Amino acid sequence: MSIQELYLITAMAVVTFLIRYPLLAISSRIRLPSQVIEALKYLPPAILTAIVFPAVLMPTVDKILLSYTNAKLVGAIAAILVGWRTQNLLATIICGMLVFFIWQWLLALFN
Amino acid sequence: MSHSQVDNHSPYKEFIAGAKAILPLIIGAIPFGIIFGTLAQSSGLSPGGAIAMSALVFAGSAQFITVGLLSVGTAFPIIILTTFVVNLRHLLYSLSLVPHVQNLSPIWKLIFGFWLTDETFAVVISRYNQNDSSGYKHWYYLGAAIFMYINWQICTVIGLTLGHLIPNATNYGLDFAMSVTFIGMIMPYLKNKPMVANVIVSGIMALLTQNLPHQLSLIVAPLAGITAGMVANKINK
Repeated sequence: MSIQELYLITAMAVVTFLIRYPLLAISSRIRLPSQVIEALKYLPPAILTAIVFPAVLMPTVDKILLSYTNAKLVGAIAAILVGWRTQNLLATIICGMLVFFIWQWLLALFN
Repeated sequence: MSHSQVDNHSPYKEFIAGAKAILPLIIGAIPFGIIFGTLAQSSGLSPGGAIAMSALVFAGSAQFITVGLLSVGTAFPIIILTTFVVNLRHLLYSLSLVPHVQNLSPIWKLIFGFWLTDETFAVVISRYNQNDSSGYKHWYYLGAAIFMYINWQICTVIGLTLGHLIPNATNYGLDFAMSVTFIGMIMPYLKNKPMVANVIVSGIMALLTQNLPHQLSLIVAPLAGITAGMVANKINK
């Protein structure tokens, strides 16, 4: 590893840590306004959805694929249905993955 | 650790539960760790540099973008600035964790900070949202974070050494494990109209803003969703 690489990696590590850590470090001295606490209730599902939508609907870069040929979309619909009916995380994961793999296999079979 | 407290929960049980909860997300991260190791080689980054980056930076998206920038000879200050912007969403994560870590010791706050990722955040915030009296939910985070971290290091090394034998690690669909896990975590939130508005707006905005550089869509889209949710909540009342 060159000295330049070491500088780069150290700087990246510091920058990343300085985003992740400071709010936690001063957390005991922060009192969040009730508006912010209200907003934070919406954050986890909002950010997870912002990750999932493109991952499922844009299996290849930059193009939305709303079609039965999109195995990820079919698997995701199965996961949504199972998650909605059962509220069981493990069942949702297993059913979603199974449907996805089977669908992918069927698509390959008929192509 | 004192044993005076009568409680179903223990640090050990929480640790193991956290490790189990992160498992599907670890599987989802495997192809990306391998691809990072593989791309690092062709980008001109030394193997030691790739390993150090995974060990010290520990931020998948930023590492990916960095090897891309290195391979086209981008200046270091720009790479560092890009790292900052790409990782900015972690600020939202740490803000969400503020109410939960307030009473933890400084060491624990360091642990939460260094190991914060999309995956560990998703897992631990679900745990904190469960209404039970466990005082050891931070151990749940530790269990999840340690295994996420070890997996990322192993996958980096696999990519560096065997990456050329695995031409496209995402072809097997393992990355889809992350999507279904996140779907399973989203569903319990959808109990009222404001939450549904929140995720629909966030999801659609994420699609519309995919062209923004540096993964900025991961900040813009959730903020739009949250705004929609809060407005819907006001109207609903």
